[in-house]
Amino acid sequence: MTGSRSTLSIYGEKAIELLIRLCGVSAIIFVFAIFFFVFREGAPILASKDFSLGKFLTSTEWYPTSMSNVRFGTLALLAGTLSVTGVAMLIAVPFGLGAAIFVSEFCTGKVREILKIVIELLAAIPSIVWGFIGLTVMNPIIQNLFHVPVGLNVLNAAILLALMSIPVMVSIGEDALKAVPDSYREGALALGATRWQIIWRVLLPAAKNGLLAAVLLGVGRAVGETMAVLMATGHAVQIPHSIFDSCRTLTATIAAELGETREHSPHYQVLFLIGILLFTITFIVNLIADFVVKGVRKK
Amino acid sequence: MSDARLSITTRDVKLWYGKFQALKGINVDIKHGKITSLIGPSGCGKTTLLRCFNRVNERYGNVTTTGEIKLLGKNIYDPDVSLIELRKAVGMVFQRPNPLPLSIYENVVFGLRIHAEKSLSRGDLDDAVEKALTETGLWSDLKDRLNDRAINLQLEQQQKLCIARLLPLKPEIILMDEPCSALDVDGTRAIEELMWSLAGRYTIVIVTHNMAQARRASDETIFMLLGELIEHARTEDLFLTPRDSRTSEYIEGRYG
Repeated sequence: MTGSRSTLSIYGEKAIELLIRLCGVSAIIFVFAIFFFVFREGAPILASKDFSLGKFLTSTEWYPTSMSNVRFGTLALLAGTLSVTGVAMLIAVPFGLGAAIFVSEFCTGKVREILKIVIELLAAIPSIVWGFIGLTVMNPIIQNLFHVPVGLNVLNAAILLALMSIPVMVSIGEDALKAVPDSYREGALALGATRWQIIWRVLLPAAKNGLLAAVLLGVGRAVGETMAVLMATGHAVQIPHSIFDSCRTLTATIAAELGETREHSPHYQVLFLIGILLFTITFIVNLIADFVVKGVRKK
Repeated sequence: MSDARLSITTRDVKLWYGKFQALKGINVDIKHGKITSLIGPSGCGKTTLLRCFNRVNERYGNVTTTGEIKLLGKNIYDPDVSLIELRKAVGMVFQRPNPLPLSIYENVVFGLRIHAEKSLSRGDLDDAVEKALTETGLWSDLKDRLNDRAINLQLEQQQKLCIARLLPLKPEIILMDEPCSALDVDGTRAIEELMWSLAGRYTIVIVTHNMAQARRASDETIFMLLGELIEHARTEDLFLTPRDSRTSEYIEGRYG
């Protein structure tokens, strides 16, 4: 026996262990608490006889404050969210993954460090500032370049969202490429493969799960973004038929209208229901990302 | 043996990694169709020399090479040399088996695909796979699971596959960088037997840490020390009657 420890140190250790445990569990508690809160605020509307879930999901008519005929159709908002996100990804995926490949495979030393810092800086710009840029810089550029009457539209918001989601794609994508063992590159190189052949035939297949996860994280970022799209989409409730149409997203609707509603009014509850809808979308995206990443480990 | 065709001849090859000189003027003639082993203590430059022969050294940027390395009569450090063609003619096997993260089949035809100018017919590819796997003794074990992922094979099979994937390109020379260091006794024996079966058609240059391996598995042996070539002779001569005292001390195990 080397002498018994003091009771204080034993309890101290137990206390610290408990604290760490609590930290671990708290994340779960918070998620469930948020889930519960949003449901509690939004769910009662489902029981109301004036409200139809079918109409909520399939109608494009969003007149939440109409005196005579209140209508809560979110299809146009959903279409706005999906189209802005979709176009944003069309821009962000090639640029983001391209940048990830460039940083990981073509850059060395200083250039790489500087590029990484600059790209991370891009992630540090607050979304309201992006909104400013959309409103005051992109708006006239789009108007003049494409000769359209309104520059606040799907394209404008999509470009902003693309720029906002590129940094996360680059850093996750670069990690995925870095994780590919160097022996693969060397093996292919020694067989006479060119740089592009190595990237196309070896690195991309080897890192595809990680790259897909990078893209899905970008999608998650884009779906949930609010402030910038609120300012850049034009905020018009309609299903956009071209990238030059204005639209409105689910997130922007909540942000713009929640402050104006009476607590526990139908409008208030419907906005929370939209929150649940968003929650569901991002949850599905994250779940897919999760399964994809798990797929890497199994193989 | 003086009339034997030469696969590789080097004249005064010097190489620096940054400021560190790793090779100090290497002159060597490596004979066609023979197995030549490179031995010497760690840091003697044997792997560096091996990696000069297909110029994969250069991927680390800060490498300077001077002198002349002639492969099949052509100096591979001439500016008009295509690295892609060079590496097609000079295959390499690495210390750790490194099959690509593709199927067994795709690993074998990888070289054909990247060097093909037009798309290849399925039949040609199938033939190439069967031929290469038969030559390396893998065909009977693997023929029913060609679409399995290569990285799930046993290490010995992986290393054989890494040799098999060179063969469809009909290389002149196969470079091996300690190909058995990750393998057990049986795996090592299998690779050495495979080397003997490939010798004759291919020139094999093997770097090894294992003197016993050089002794039993090569025709000629080159002993290197601190970036210099000390002795190059027929394997049995080098091990039985070394001319240089440094060689004899090394093979007696006094240092290294």
